[in-house]
Amino acid sequence: MTALPNTTARPNPLHLFRGQGAMIALIVLVIFSAFRYEGFFSLYNASSFFRYNSMFLLIGIGMTFVIGTGGIDLSVGSTAAMSSVLAALASPHGAIAGVLAGVLGGLVIGVINGVLITRLRIEPFIITLGTFLGARGVAQLASGQAAVSVDSSGNFAQLGQGDVFGLPVPLVLLLLALLICVPLLRATRFGRTALSVGDNEDAARLMGLQVDRTKLGVYALSGLLAGLAGVILAAQFGAGQPTEGIGWELTAIAGVVVGGTLLSGGRGSLLGTMVGVTLLGLIFNVLNFENGKGVISIDVFWQNVIRGVFLLVVVLLQSRSARHTP
Amino acid sequence: MTSIATPPRTRAPFSVHRHAALIALIALILFNIVTTPRFLTVATLNINLTQTATIVIVGIGMTFVIATRGIDLSVGSLMAISGAIAPMLFLNPTLGPSIGTALAFILPVLATGLLGAFNGLLVTRFSVQPIIATLVLFIAGRGIAQVISGGQLINFTQSNFTALGSARVLGISVQVLVMLVLLAVAVFVLTRTLFGRYVTAVGGNPEAARLSGVPVNRTRMLVYVISGLLSGLAGLIVIAINNSSDSNLVGQNMELDAIAAVAVGGTALNGGRVTMIGTLLGALFIQLLRYTLLVKGVPDAAAIVIKAAVIIAAVALQYRRR
Repeated sequence: MTALPNTTARPNPLHLFRGQGAMIALIVLVIFSAFRYEGFFSLYNASSFFRYNSMFLLIGIGMTFVIGTGGIDLSVGSTAAMSSVLAALASPHGAIAGVLAGVLGGLVIGVINGVLITRLRIEPFIITLGTFLGARGVAQLASGQAAVSVDSSGNFAQLGQGDVFGLPVPLVLLLLALLICVPLLRATRFGRTALSVGDNEDAARLMGLQVDRTKLGVYALSGLLAGLAGVILAAQFGAGQPTEGIGWELTAIAGVVVGGTLLSGGRGSLLGTMVGVTLLGLIFNVLNFENGKGVISIDVFWQNVIRGVFLLVVVLLQSRSARHTP
Repeated sequence: MTSIATPPRTRAPFSVHRHAALIALIALILFNIVTTPRFLTVATLNINLTQTATIVIVGIGMTFVIATRGIDLSVGSLMAISGAIAPMLFLNPTLGPSIGTALAFILPVLATGLLGAFNGLLVTRFSVQPIIATLVLFIAGRGIAQVISGGQLINFTQSNFTALGSARVLGISVQVLVMLVLLAVAVFVLTRTLFGRYVTAVGGNPEAARLSGVPVNRTRMLVYVISGLLSGLAGLIVIAINNSSDSNLVGQNMELDAIAAVAVGGTALNGGRVTMIGTLLGALFIQLLRYTLLVKGVPDAAAIVIKAAVIIAAVALQYRRR
């Protein structure tokens, strides 16, 4: 009688902390700040924090799906800039027209990414590098290289500046997106196929899974959410911003990685991404408060250094725990 | 009796795909000769070569890195760091202009070389994926440059230093000469040295390379150091050209330009094929495309869209081969 190899590996003690490191850091930072800074836990601070950071959190959702398939989407920052311009241009025709223009614009970029990646079989890195440039060009063409004011007579600006049930509208949009995307990733064929593709694309193909259609789907979703972030950007600052969004893609990727999603694909945690992106955003918030206390003054430039160090620590922790897992 | 004959060295038949960058470049040159007045002048050549020099210099390092299946996103931030350190040296009153300038050519480059080693350490010792490993310095590096310079634009006049960006030898800009020399060295290293073979082997099949005794980790470490050193040099050239250093802007998007040049040039991102001359051709092609669109009065914004489409088309053409 042959003994089958024991496939249920012993639970690794470090495994518990993988992906939770960011959560622990976030909790510690929040508790620390709540005690240290007056007004940190205020409604105003929380509301303005999420009003702004919802954009990055939305982009992080799409990026989690893309990275789950083992891909990458570098175009999201440019897409958000382009969508903010399109939304601002369409805003005189009403808030709905503005939203549609921005979201559909993002969707188009996402579909272009998906079609080129699945048809040409070129690395997502190169294709989305192309649309990174292309979307920026469209943003500048459509805007005439200047910020485009949104229509102030309608209620388009409410999408960025307004509140619903006391919550900032961007946060409400984020929660709606999560309400759809969390089950989408966890409990649908689309989500499971996406992670299988990231785990082993050839195997997924041999099993008869709809690999190409799923990949197209994740890039479309990423583009759509980047478009929505662009709409919020335009509404929040009252103008379409052709030069905004620089580096957003890498911030989102960093947030996803800090949140515990491995870049090699096959796994993805939206909760982790929310924690990771929030943590990276909170560093800026905390720096502001620290400078507000006037005890020590920290240059705002340190935020990037601190973000980088956070990413480094998480990456090192991940690499240690990954090495211990069989 | 069968004798085992050494197979004759056959040259691969000329393939459109393999030489896509060259053909596209020639086509673009011919198009300009016919349609652009005064295209065939030294001035035009100089403009295009000067614009390409920093991309090629960074692209050489990037080619080495990509040849080992890696990627280096930190190059632009490293340029900003070296660009921030250099003025502190040659404007330093205690060092004096001559020692300060001499150090300004050396220390910033060494610093970015060390940061390249840091990238390499993450990739080799800690098995972090190159894109994430170098993302750390992409983010933190620009912050470091901003902290060093206080985020201020620093203007300067220091003719010994800015010669790197403005001087000419035999009518050719110094940075173009630097580019050509580095390129020649890189071609030699890649094709004629043991290290070059290691690089190709690691990119072709890392596992097989390891089993056949190639020092995989040392090779991968070195390519990131090379990329760091060259980025530092490119940062010096950029601030020398501008007579100013702006840590917010120096090297911005350079990682993407360099990667595009490498990819258009025909080096495969998943290993197995590497060409240093291809990177030069790729960079020249992208620059000449930008120049052509500019001369033809195509607005900058539309030019970006066309550039994006052409880059994808050029890479797609090479992938069709397989």
